[in-house]
Formats: sequence, structure tokens, C-alpha cells
Amino acid sequence: MNNKEWPLWEIFIRSKQGLSHKHVGSLRAPDEEMAINNARDVYTRRSEGVSIWVVKSSDVIASDPSEAGPLFEPANSKIYRHPTFYEVPKEIKHM
Amino acid sequence: MTKQEALFEFLLRKADDSLILGHRLSEWCGHGPILEEDIALTNIALDLIGQATELYKYAAEVEGKGRTEDDLAFLRLEKEYKNVLLVEQPNGDFGKTIVRQFFFDQFENLLFQSLTESKDEHLAAIASKTILEIRYHLKHSSEWMIRLGDGTEESHERVQDSVNDLARFIDVLFFQDEVDEILIQEGIIPDVKKLRAEFDKNIDEVLSEATLHLPKENWQREGGRKGIHSEHLGYLLTELQYMQRAYPGMEW
Repeated sequence: MNNKEWPLWEIFIRSKQGLSHKHVGSLRAPDEEMAINNARDVYTRRSEGVSIWVVKSSDVIASDPSEAGPLFEPANSKIYRHPTFYEVPKEIKHM
Repeated sequence: MTKQEALFEFLLRKADDSLILGHRLSEWCGHGPILEEDIALTNIALDLIGQATELYKYAAEVEGKGRTEDDLAFLRLEKEYKNVLLVEQPNGDFGKTIVRQFFFDQFENLLFQSLTESKDEHLAAIASKTILEIRYHLKHSSEWMIRLGDGTEESHERVQDSVNDLARFIDVLFFQDEVDEILIQEGIIPDVKKLRAEFDKNIDEVLSEATLHLPKENWQREGGRKGIHSEHLGYLLTELQYMQRAYPGMEW
């Protein structure tokens, strides 16, 4: 990669409704302050958010796609981990 | 001149500033140096055109001659536009656009902060909404001034050239005449002379962090507010007004 290129930043936005910041995309910026500004302009122009996090993409540690089997497959056969066997009383409307 | 006439004239001047600068920034659409900045500049353009719309609407109401905000924006001749010369200057390179924006934002920031306390409630309401946009514009342009000024040798040189070129349009931001005197008396607008020291201080702070300086030779240009413009405005208006001139009364 051309070393003159600005670093890539991962952008996380917390929406008005949502409690946690969600990943919305990535962009380039020379430093963290400009990354926040750019994120504001690119990702919140339709009132999507009330808070922004930026993280250098190079600081993100990702799981290895080739290990998807050992990592995620074992959970597939354990349906009892989903709390779907309880009967919810009618009076409780929002669960 | 009545208070009503003075208020109309003031609103028109400020609306013209916003409209013309907004149009200039919209010329960057699709041409920004990077995607993020392309969006940033057009966001600011939209803020400015939104401000112009509010000010024209109110101006039309104050005038009371049945004109609409569109009539004011699109159907006047060059000499009837009262914007300051700074905002009609061509975009130049990205650095020059930022310098123009920076001088303008610094002024607008102080003016609209004061206007939030205007005795004219409608104007105060517009100012309260607008000041939040302006503060962001100022943050955006200031941070770019620092990064370009204190960046590479080339960015420093180019942005210093633009400071040298555009500094001659600063004093005219503080232009005052009978219009202002009447409105200051009524408590509708601030006396901008009293904002000058703070303006200079704020400019200095950013420029020194950016390792830039104002030129010593600083021959000031007048015009703008009196309807006398640089050669650039005519071309801009031709483009801005094209649709309304070609298809009179056209609406979205």
C-alpha cells in the first residue's frame, strides 16, 4: 500500500434508540480528530447517531475465517441455549 | 430609512452571504479531494443554503410586497445582491476554499452568537438554530487550517498564499452603514465593531498554531454590501439562476 495514504478507521455509531455502538463502516482520515469529523459527515447526516467511536482498523484483531468451524460450529447443535422452551404468560406483552 | 426597511436590508445581506457561499461550496460536489471531504463540503453547502432560505423567507415577510424566498434568491440582478466579496471568490484549490471558509466562519460565529440575543424574536430563533451549524463549520475549517498550515512544505505554502490573497476581504465583513445603526439602536443586531478584537484574537490563535500569518500588505477591498462585486459574481449568478430564468416559475 502507498505509505502516503491516510490510515483506515472503523466507525461505530450509537443511535438514539440503541444502547450500544454499532459498526457502520470505515473511512480514511489523517488522525483521530479528523476521523470523528469525517464520520460525522459520512455516517450521521440523516440523524443516525448521538455518539461516535473511531478505532484504527489496524488495531482491530479479527478471528481467522479458516477457524470458523471450530469456533462456531459447536454452538449450532445446542438449541437448549436459546430460551425458547418457556411459556410466556399472556400478561407479559414485551419480552 | 425605517426600521422595517433596515431589517429587510440586513436580512438580505446575510441571506446573500449564505446563499453565495453555499453555491460556491456546492461546486465541490463530486470534486472533493477525498470522499469524506466531498461530503463534508456539500453538508456545509446545504447548511448555508438552508440558512439562506430561512433568512430570505423572513426578509420577504418583513418586506411585505408578496415576494417569496425564491424570488429573492433567484430573480434579482447582480447589483441587487448584497453579499460580502469574500464569499463570491472562486474556490481555487482545497486550501483556498478552507481559508475563505475559515475567515467567514470566524465572523459568523461571533455575529450569530450575538444574534441569539436579538430583540427580534424571529431573528433570534433563526440564530439559535444556525449557531450550532456554524460552530461545526468553524471547527471543520479551523482543523483543516492547522493541518494544512502545519502540514507539508507544499500545503503550508499553498495555504499561506491563499491567506495572503483573501485577507484583503476581512475588514469588509465588519462593514456598517445606516442599516446597521438603526438596528443596533433597536437592539436587533450587535455592533460588530465590538466583536472585532475577539475576532482578531480567534483568527490569531488558529493561524499561529497553523504556523501561518496574516500578510502585512493588506489593502482592503470594498464593495459587496453596496452591490458592487468582483467579476466572479456574475458568472456564479448565471449558473445559480439558470433554471428560474429558462423556466420561469418552475418548482420541484
